[in-house]
Amino acid sequence: MIIEGFIALYIFMLAAFTGYEIISKVPVILHTPLMSGSNFVHGIVLVGTMVALGHATTPLEQAIGFVAVILAAGNAVGGYVVTERMLEMFKTSKKDDKKGDNA
Amino acid sequence: MSLIINLAYFAAAVLFIVGLKQMSSPTTARPGIIWAGVGMVIATLVTFVHPEISGGVNYTLIILGIAIGGALAWWSGKKVAMTDMPQMIALYNGMGGGAAAGIGAIYLLQATPETVSNTGLAIAVTGSLIGSVAFSGSLVAYAKLEGLMKKTFTFGGQQIVNIAIFAITVILGLMLATGGGEIGSATLLLFFILALAFGILMTLPIGGADMPVVISLYNALTGLAVGLKGIVLDNPALMIAGIVVGAAGTLLTQLMAKAMNRPIKNILFSQFGGSAGGGEEEIEGTMKEIQANDAGIMMAYAEKVIIVPGYGMAVAQAQHKIWEFTQLLQKRGVDVKFAIHPVAGRMPGHMNVLLAEAGVPYDIIFDLDEINEEFKTADVAMVIGANDVVNPVARTNPESPIYGMPILNADQAQNVICVKRGKGAGFSGIENHLFYADNNQMLYGDGQKVAAELVASVKALG
Repeated sequence: MIIEGFIALYIFMLAAFTGYEIISKVPVILHTPLMSGSNFVHGIVLVGTMVALGHATTPLEQAIGFVAVILAAGNAVGGYVVTERMLEMFKTSKKDDKKGDNA
Repeated sequence: MSLIINLAYFAAAVLFIVGLKQMSSPTTARPGIIWAGVGMVIATLVTFVHPEISGGVNYTLIILGIAIGGALAWWSGKKVAMTDMPQMIALYNGMGGGAAAGIGAIYLLQATPETVSNTGLAIAVTGSLIGSVAFSGSLVAYAKLEGLMKKTFTFGGQQIVNIAIFAITVILGLMLATGGGEIGSATLLLFFILALAFGILMTLPIGGADMPVVISLYNALTGLAVGLKGIVLDNPALMIAGIVVGAAGTLLTQLMAKAMNRPIKNILFSQFGGSAGGGEEEIEGTMKEIQANDAGIMMAYAEKVIIVPGYGMAVAQAQHKIWEFTQLLQKRGVDVKFAIHPVAGRMPGHMNVLLAEAGVPYDIIFDLDEINEEFKTADVAMVIGANDVVNPVARTNPESPIYGMPILNADQAQNVICVKRGKGAGFSGIENHLFYADNNQMLYGDGQKVAAELVASVKALG
């Protein structure tokens, strides 16, 4: 056990503020890619499904775990591919820093 | 070994936060997703040596599962059209929610009075409930936007039924959480079925126009579910990434709802235009028609043209031709700007992605606040594939369902050209008074065909 009781609560609170803070100034033009990007980040659930399937013992648990791993891998890979595709197109447009700051 | 795993998870958490931070600015967005991707790969690879994973069969299933899920998602993500992006995000998000619910199911199945505490059970149950709702809700959102489910589904007393189902689900959840690890499999099964049903029933009555906000909300919920699973599994990477996304997603949902002028409460608990049917008034004036050739010449000799693109333009795949037309106008010295309404496209920022795909540089694309004053000085405003976002009734008629929504003041330009496939009301079914205005002319036809004709008409001028 690395995270004990109240420590978990503190991590929870600090992470929530971090999440709120880091995107507080996002311009409208990035709403869609950012939603997709944050969708990718919770694809980390893959790690959780791997561990869950890893200590599954009955066939039922293995079946649930297997499906969960497929779903989680889809979340992570799909989220990355579509976000990267969207952001790649922003790169090819003309450089203009001014717009990025006040949009 | 556990030191390496913990260090890797720590690094992943840092990379996710840095990546998300970079993704909130256009200049650093691309490195942002790549850093987050690096974090994901590190965390996934190191998990293969996690001490809690055992058994050859399980290892095989893990690798097989990642290969199947990953390959399908890679393939679908590469081929999906930019116009269909919102539903694809909904689908991937739903998968994440389902995965979180799956972790919860295994945890609850394995729970024995000796191994679990009531707190652990309560967190697992909460995470499973949220994950299940995000899963089935996202799938409904996907089906709706993909056009697999055309109608909004409503029946009398729907909200009471929803509340009842939710209440029963919570009671079952409490039974599971306070049972001290004595989990009845029937209770568990019923709990998951009702949680999934609640997600479906909650999403069914919501209209397509509001779907982006709902998808964003489910995105935040999945994040929260993943974070809760992180606590259950004692995995800090899951916890931090999940909660950060949960909070960021909540803020993003609020920003989107604000941009669309639709309070989240109204989206979730009432139907668009359901009771606001009144307010139909007589429209003065008639619709005048213009031919593409005349419209092209008019813009070629203008000083300033503002183009208002809508989702209809993207559906007609006209954005490449429109950009070609824009470049021709620019060569003739015409000042061309694009005006983007916050809800142009299917979600805030979607139209920017679609224009970027066509090659339009983002320094001639402007937000509503930046450009609205400029319509007065424009010779021509061309509205293509947009409707409700330029409807002046949003300013003038308090009884209209879209009253109060900020609109682009295209009607204030000297001349307005509305490109439209045929006569009829917009997405929301509201008559557009702009079409009847004195300074407006209608240009009927498929967006792509019209755009090609516009290009031809300017080229003919030499």
